[in-house]
Amino acid sequence: MNAAQRVARTVPIPAGAGMARALVERNVRAYKHGWITLLSGFFEPIFYLFSLGVGLGALIGEIDAGGGRAVAYASFVAPALMASAAMNGAVFDSTFNVFFKLKYQKLYDSVLSTPLGPRDVAVGEIGWALIRGLLYSTVFLFVAAVSGAVESWWGLLAVPAATLIGFAFAAVGMALTTFMRTWQDFEYVNLAILPMFLFSATFFPLATYPGVLQWVVQATPLYHGVALTRELMLGDIGSGILVHVLYLAVMGLAGVIASAHRVERLLLR
Amino acid sequence: MWARAFSYWMASYRRIWRGSLVSGFLNPVLFLAAMGIGLGALVDNGSAGGVQGVTYLTFLAPGILAAQAMQTAVFESTFPVLGAVKWQRQYHAMLAAPLGVPDLVVGHLVFVAMRVAITSTAFLLITVAFGAIGSWWAVLTLPVAVLTGLAFAAPVFALAARQDGPGGFNMLFRFIIMPMFLFSGTFFPVEQLPAALELVAMVTPLWHAVELCRGLALETMTMVPALGHVAYLLLWVGAGLWLALASFRKRLVL
Amino acid sequence: MAPHPVDRPLISAHQLTKQFGDFTAVGGIDFEVRAGEAFGFLGPNGAGKSSTMRMIGCVSPPSAGTLRILGLDPAADGPQIRGRLGVVPQRDTLDEELTVRENILVYGRYFGLPRSVVRERAAELLDFAQLTDRADSIVEPLSGGMKRRLTIARSLVNNPELLLLDEPTTGLDPQARHVLWDRLFRLKRSGVTLVLTTHYMDEAEQLCDRLVVMDGGRIVAEGSPRQLIAEHATREVLELRFPADDHAAYAVKLDGLVPRIEVLPDRLLLYTEDGDTTAKAVHDRGLAPLSVLARRSTLEDVFLHLTGRTLID
Repeated sequence: MNAAQRVARTVPIPAGAGMARALVERNVRAYKHGWITLLSGFFEPIFYLFSLGVGLGALIGEIDAGGGRAVAYASFVAPALMASAAMNGAVFDSTFNVFFKLKYQKLYDSVLSTPLGPRDVAVGEIGWALIRGLLYSTVFLFVAAVSGAVESWWGLLAVPAATLIGFAFAAVGMALTTFMRTWQDFEYVNLAILPMFLFSATFFPLATYPGVLQWVVQATPLYHGVALTRELMLGDIGSGILVHVLYLAVMGLAGVIASAHRVERLLLR
Repeated sequence: MWARAFSYWMASYRRIWRGSLVSGFLNPVLFLAAMGIGLGALVDNGSAGGVQGVTYLTFLAPGILAAQAMQTAVFESTFPVLGAVKWQRQYHAMLAAPLGVPDLVVGHLVFVAMRVAITSTAFLLITVAFGAIGSWWAVLTLPVAVLTGLAFAAPVFALAARQDGPGGFNMLFRFIIMPMFLFSGTFFPVEQLPAALELVAMVTPLWHAVELCRGLALETMTMVPALGHVAYLLLWVGAGLWLALASFRKRLVL
Repeated sequence: MAPHPVDRPLISAHQLTKQFGDFTAVGGIDFEVRAGEAFGFLGPNGAGKSSTMRMIGCVSPPSAGTLRILGLDPAADGPQIRGRLGVVPQRDTLDEELTVRENILVYGRYFGLPRSVVRERAAELLDFAQLTDRADSIVEPLSGGMKRRLTIARSLVNNPELLLLDEPTTGLDPQARHVLWDRLFRLKRSGVTLVLTTHYMDEAEQLCDRLVVMDGGRIVAEGSPRQLIAEHATREVLELRFPADDHAAYAVKLDGLVPRIEVLPDRLLLYTEDGDTTAKAVHDRGLAPLSVLARRSTLEDVFLHLTGRTLID
């Protein structure tokens, strides 16, 4: 091992050529052919918003959003749906799509024979997941605002918040995908995502859970995503927001570095 | 002869049934726990104090049973059918053996019905354990679930046999199945919807399935509406079967 | 980009080694590739050709030995080297979500080329690959030969100084192979250095100025196709088939007739300077083979001589 190799092994971030945008461009082109799939992704969280927020919301009325403040159920659940949609979209992009490209399409084999390195692959794919997430979140926030489910102008910051949630989940999702061998392994993804979707204080407040379970819920990443988005959309601003942001940012960075390392180990042997 | 096609699908199911436990069984249980118990606490303490005079969990459980029958049936009728037409090409192999198109369709549909029966039975036992269903009449929700599964599986077979890739399935899931799941009375009575949408909801087969299951579980069903719901679902089975046979002939024989 | 000195080799490898755990894929090989030549690695599956190509392509770090490509070290300057290479992998890795033209456009962008340049190059390359009329079709329905030509066109988008081709025609029908060879000839004439692997003798003889024969991760011979045939085979080969399973017994009966006889499961190969004379001599010994074929020696015979095995099992 020579000096350069030793340096490459010591620095924790694998090589890249700063060319991740080329891969993003590739994904944009690919999606032009499947734009209708892209478009259809807008609707799912909006359907949920109307079903739960409006239909079921009428049966629930107002609920306690913490601190004795009563809000309409739609206002309570809308941020949670936005955060969950950011998670679901990011996980779908970074698991199913990346797995297909990695194992079947061999996309990254051809990418890595150009100047692009493993870091570019990780940053490019995760970056693309973020761009999609940004689009979806913006549309969702608009629809939620129009239907009266946003209580504060702070809610505008829910779009970057949802992007951060997407980043954290896309990065970790991609890292985990590099360990998967068959499509059956994706059952484990569902096994992690669905309980989080249902039990991260998404549809009912944290106070509803028994004491010990509250701790468990608060440990999950989606809880922090939901809490962050909800505090912004309800205009409930406090220092807790920084904890949520920090949790998600650390999770995302760790995921990017792990993904780049795994791509390097898998493809540059 | 269809029994031979059926036994093929059963044999391949025996190899992968563990994976389907998660999606077919655990998912609805989690939904029931989150929505029925967690969200149910909010509904029961809400402005209306429950739904239609019962707790939300009791209201929701039969709805999820019907919705799960739909989802299981649709899932089993999309990728597996397209795969058998296009990728793994099991249908072609069966046609090479002395089986006809009706044998393929019926054999595979019976397998889907079987899958629906298994997951519905498991789910029903869970709801009883949750205390969400207490009536013996609820046993009749099992044949209703199977009928519901067939009412969805048959037309989706027809659709799947005409596809060239998974793109159309995304549309089906996102614009038909998901809205039905959310708006056809599973989570809240369709009377909550605006009048025009309420009519749309009542045309969907899922609404009839939910009404039947809920009416049986809550012991509020009477004979005439029950027969109406069953007849409507049978109509979907029959029309779907006719379309499926036509699609299969077009794709596999001509 | 500084012009490369003509007298220095484009690739030089010394004791180049690749190990995967306990398995040695490439066991310390030496070779040099000079500018403008077509250089081949010939050998059966598992000989270490693809591992060597991946090391040259800077997507697989060598386990030991030294490797210099375009005067640079792959470990330190991987992206820079890859920017000047064209790579045609063994299996097509075309982007099936894109059209034919987009495959070239997007690939060019991976090299950081401006959009306008890439557009112009794409048009030229589609023409070169005879795919202009399929430019806006998606990739999936193309024939194997078309896909292969597109892969080659794509690999040329950055005007590479060195083109790496891993088994360029494996799996193609004869006509598609000839079209492809024609395109590779043109590239060679225009001054592109080609490095290719193959397990087809005819391909090596058609395309390569110089080649190395690899077996079990080592180089067993090196030279031009003509040199190798002259050194390791005779001018002609006489192929005999007998109506029996045991061809070895017939080899005994022919003992002393020619300097060397190879026994294959289904035939005997007699190495001779003059096939017709030898054929007559076989008849004179009272033997009546089912079929007799006199042909010129090929690299297949060289390989058989060097390793005692045929190339394609």
